Amino acid sequence: MSPDPMLSAVDVSRDYPLRRDAVHAVRGVSLEVARGEYVAIVGPSGCGKSTLLNLLGAIDRPTGGRILLDGRDVTTLGDREATDLRLRHIGFVFQRFYLMPMLTAAENIELPMAEAGAAKAPRRARVRELLEYVGLGERAGHRPSELSGGEQQRVAIARALANAPSLLLADEPTGELDAKTGHEIIDLFARLNAEGMTLLVVTHDAALARAARRTVHMLDGRVVDDGTP
Amino acid sequence: MRIQLALASLRQHPLRTTLAILGVAVSAAMLLDMVMLATGMQESFRSLLTRQGFDLRVAPRGTMPFDTEARIANAAATEAALARVPGVRTVSPVLGSTLHLRRGDSVHAAFALGIRPAMQGDYEVVEGSDVAGPRDVVVNALLLRAIGARVGDTVQAASGYDPQLRAWTGERTVVVRGVARFFYLNAQQEAMALPLDALQSLGGAATEDQVSVFMIRTDGREVAGVRATVQRDVPTVSALSTAEAVASLEQRVSYFRQLALILGAVSLAVGFLLVSTLVTVSVQERLGELAVMRAIGVARSSIALQVLIEGLVIASLGVGLGLALGAVTARFLNDILKDFPGLPAAMDFFVFSTGRAFRALGMLLVTGVVAGVIPAWRAASLPIATTLRGEAVG
Repeated sequence: MSPDPMLSAVDVSRDYPLRRDAVHAVRGVSLEVARGEYVAIVGPSGCGKSTLLNLLGAIDRPTGGRILLDGRDVTTLGDREATDLRLRHIGFVFQRFYLMPMLTAAENIELPMAEAGAAKAPRRARVRELLEYVGLGERAGHRPSELSGGEQQRVAIARALANAPSLLLADEPTGELDAKTGHEIIDLFARLNAEGMTLLVVTHDAALARAARRTVHMLDGRVVDDGTP
Repeated sequence: MRIQLALASLRQHPLRTTLAILGVAVSAAMLLDMVMLATGMQESFRSLLTRQGFDLRVAPRGTMPFDTEARIANAAATEAALARVPGVRTVSPVLGSTLHLRRGDSVHAAFALGIRPAMQGDYEVVEGSDVAGPRDVVVNALLLRAIGARVGDTVQAASGYDPQLRAWTGERTVVVRGVARFFYLNAQQEAMALPLDALQSLGGAATEDQVSVFMIRTDGREVAGVRATVQRDVPTVSALSTAEAVASLEQRVSYFRQLALILGAVSLAVGFLLVSTLVTVSVQERLGELAVMRAIGVARSSIALQVLIEGLVIASLGVGLGLALGAVTARFLNDILKDFPGLPAAMDFFVFSTGRAFRALGMLLVTGVVAGVIPAWRAASLPIATTLRGEAVG
């Protein structure tokens, strides 16, 4: 148990109704993540990893249990508060990058900042800074279709960092990438964590799981092994 | 950023967006044309009747002006009686007849109006000068071409032909003083005008001291009251006010107006469906994108606004284009309809009214925005996790 957990899941479950029965995607998961931790959640497909990540990131609402982020119960938040929480405090990285195809790399990164009401000049400066950080300073004006998979994922990471969140959640961030490009992302995550970012990644990628400092194993919606150091 | 996103989203499918804008433009053009048509005839007719400031038209009892060949006898006495009616400021007598114009071997029967040049309201001189003396005539361009004459030429005018004597009757040499545009005659009708006295004397006993209609200007007091007095004091005539004439036309063309309104409503519905379909398809294609936007913290209202802006942009561009397209098609259709026989040349079917046009197009614009409401609501209400899972599986 962390003395001051940044993120806590207390007996969290998520059921999906299915005609007369229900699918129990997450069953009574309790988990704590300390500030600055780097946690990998691993397990077979369909074991509830992504569902748990969505619950922790306030994208989805649990059927039971509580989730606390910095001591605040996110399960009781209304849509507006949950949206604002995701905008300002949580960064998301997805397996398929999900960049807006009609926007340039810079505009994609700018999007969450614009939504947060940041002024244009600081927005642009932050975009330049983030693009340099992920090594894409020269690709600001390129659209996603003009970028490689690895480059797109780096833009997606820069977008996730745009509003300087305290927590970064990634769902299979190397799942669509080849080994070499995947390693670039793993290195980028390691750098971020070294600089103090709290990271929680869901992955099948053994290399990425190894890079994390703690590995949580899930099976059938439950945490079966928590490799807390 | 929302506007930028909406525009970028539309630019992503240029062909589809262009076709939707063109569809809305056609819809807007049709709506504009229907609005112009629904009220155009009345507006045009009203302006035709009021352009010279006459408030009343007085015809033989039981007839409408120029509806029959009936004439008012004892014209001079009737004119004097009308002039005595309180509120009557000007009385302008008009006689309609047929004259034969001869020049060389060619003869043309033309409609002739006998008028008092100083107070007539039937034509305007577009070339040369108006009639002044008893031997002056003005003709319309059609008649001038038909008789092969020019302004200043002399021609023979006759009121009839006696087949037994094989001679023209009531013949007189007249001078073509000018070319006139006749407001109430159709464009295919060869016509001329000359002083009333001259036409009356050319016709002999058949037209002596007779007129077809008196045009009356009132001094601004209530026209209905003047009309009632005319009807009461001058029993040989019927008086018709401009307002009554317009109302009578409105009644006659109400079917036309209803049809135009129905077609206008159909245009609005088509515009609604076009925008709604395009925006729905656009949202459907971007469910993943929209769910991701929600996941990274973009508010529901922002998503909804972005989708609404897309609808508004399509509707705005379509309406702008439709305005020009509607104006061009209205002009084209107006030219076709004006060629219908029996219609006054100055009558228009499509009359542009800025207020009405902008109200109608404004309605289409609002319709475009409303059409985006359902897809916008749908986009804003996406269940994020479920949609993302669906996208990942897809």
